[in-house]
Amino acid sequence: MALLEIRNVTRRFSNYTAVDNVSVSVKAGEFFTLLGPSGCGKTTLLRMIAGFDLPDSGQILLDGTDMVGTPPEKRPVHTVFQTYALFPHMTVADNIAFPLKMAGKTPQEIKARVGEALDSVRLPNFGSRFPHELSGGQKQRVAFARGLVNRPRLLLLDEPLGALDAKLREEMQIELINLQKELGITFVFVTHAQDEALALSHRIAVMNRGNVEQIDEPSRIYSFPRNRFVADFIGKISMMNAHVVEAAPSYLKLDVKDLGEVMAAGNAGVKVGDNGVMAIRPEQVRISHPSGEPHLKNHFLGKVHDFLYVGDVTTYIVELSNGTYIEALLPNSAPGRATFFEVGDQVGVSWRHDAGIFLND
Amino acid sequence: MSRSNIWLWSAAVLTYAFLYIPLAIVVLYSFNDSKLNAEWVGFTLSWYKALLNNTEMLAAARNSLIIALSASFSATLLGTMAGLAIHRYKLKVLPVLVFTPVAMPEILLGVSLLLFFLQVLNLTLGMVSIIIAHTTFCIGFVAIIVRARLQGMDESIFEAARDLGASPWQTFRLVTLPLIMPAVVAGALMSFTLSIDDFVITFFTKGVGEPILPIQIYTMIKVAVTPEVNAISTLLMLLTLVMIIFAFRLEARASARTMSLDEAGK
Repeated sequence: MALLEIRNVTRRFSNYTAVDNVSVSVKAGEFFTLLGPSGCGKTTLLRMIAGFDLPDSGQILLDGTDMVGTPPEKRPVHTVFQTYALFPHMTVADNIAFPLKMAGKTPQEIKARVGEALDSVRLPNFGSRFPHELSGGQKQRVAFARGLVNRPRLLLLDEPLGALDAKLREEMQIELINLQKELGITFVFVTHAQDEALALSHRIAVMNRGNVEQIDEPSRIYSFPRNRFVADFIGKISMMNAHVVEAAPSYLKLDVKDLGEVMAAGNAGVKVGDNGVMAIRPEQVRISHPSGEPHLKNHFLGKVHDFLYVGDVTTYIVELSNGTYIEALLPNSAPGRATFFEVGDQVGVSWRHDAGIFLND
Repeated sequence: MSRSNIWLWSAAVLTYAFLYIPLAIVVLYSFNDSKLNAEWVGFTLSWYKALLNNTEMLAAARNSLIIALSASFSATLLGTMAGLAIHRYKLKVLPVLVFTPVAMPEILLGVSLLLFFLQVLNLTLGMVSIIIAHTTFCIGFVAIIVRARLQGMDESIFEAARDLGASPWQTFRLVTLPLIMPAVVAGALMSFTLSIDDFVITFFTKGVGEPILPIQIYTMIKVAVTPEVNAISTLLMLLTLVMIIFAFRLEARASARTMSLDEAGK
């Protein structure tokens, strides 16, 4: 049985529907992420799980019991807030002790558990400090410790790493994964950062305009996005309008207007005559001199329109003969070389016959 | 020093002189060994001694203290609740209703309260009517201060308390109240200082019985401005000053602590 089951939950505000008939189920021990752009309903959904907001219809089952109508303090669910929400008038130890006190634990047990919690977030000597004496990363760790100390059935995390700088963020991501693994507590994590979602989660639900677009493992979300929104939101992808001319279980033959035939990965849901887009990730596209041997099935000529050098890789934007653009990623593995191609250079681009995917309109 | 700096400094000095020289003169002449407020003769504490023997003045001071303490207590209680309500329920009309008495001309408030007490409540004017009147105009001040404090705070702190297992009452007692306490105390001190030196509203609502400090002072200077008036004014000034400084420091220190938290959240 699923630990958390959200069944047909809808939440409307006066002029729009924030969450529209959403059903999601989260397994015990899972690191589950709600991912989507701002305004997609992910935070509203999280607030309904925590009990700060009520659905207009639908059920939120925890261990098989409907939580709708149960106030937040009675739910075995704790939240780590985006702003950390540490109590500024309490020491770190008192902050972490708060949920234990509310649960009526004995002073001895509280003391022991607070000590353990501080150790687990690597802040053993910080108990007597006040929140305003801590750095951002330290506050973040205290917030995790406070959320986890009373072993909730479910820990909700509302963009907890949003306020940290890039380097610290990566460190905290690794700590978060380790904490979750050690304690085995189920996490429901909300973020708009797709790289964070891919790095942390066991499964991701991609949300858009109050709907769940796709629920899957990170690698499947990235490699096999179910629709154009997911493909576009997760990572970079080039798309061109295409039409299916041949559909086999192992491959698709597509016709791209003014370009020609393109081979793409087989997809059981697609039939001949379908219209949609051919989508290809930049790292799947090879870029070469136009005279180079075309040893991949999909090979086309184009001209460098622009490029973006970011240190480890360079992204080339190539204009194909039909006027569409395709992105190709080239790792800067040759020492001392800044760019391989210049704007205006004639180049060849190619990709494997099964690297591209077809997405229906 | 540049030209504009000189101008700025002179303007500042003049403004402060304008504000504080009259007060300084009152203080100075309260120590003057002469019955006239005309020239400096020598230092004495005799006017303060005379004050201690003035039974009517002492009674007035005691009455004013009782009124200020009662009014600031009830205004703090009601004003805090009003501040919390204004913050929680985003009803636009609520703050207007609570803050209007603060901006209302005192004379208007005095007259309307007088009519209300006499014609509606049929109350005999005295200490009780003054306490009610002072409470009325202090509530708004407390509400403004408490609400300002709440507005500067991260709303998720209160949600976090509920989330971690605290009932609404526990959340109030353990989180909300300690966090707004500096504002509550500041509001109480503010109410006290407003009440103890209020003349206009007190004048309208006092009736004929008990002597009240500001009115008593006024009655005294109607006869002659004796240094005794200077002495009691100096004491009143001192009390007010101490309370205002205390209120300001409390608020500043408390918001410095929560502000650093808010910044990190952004």
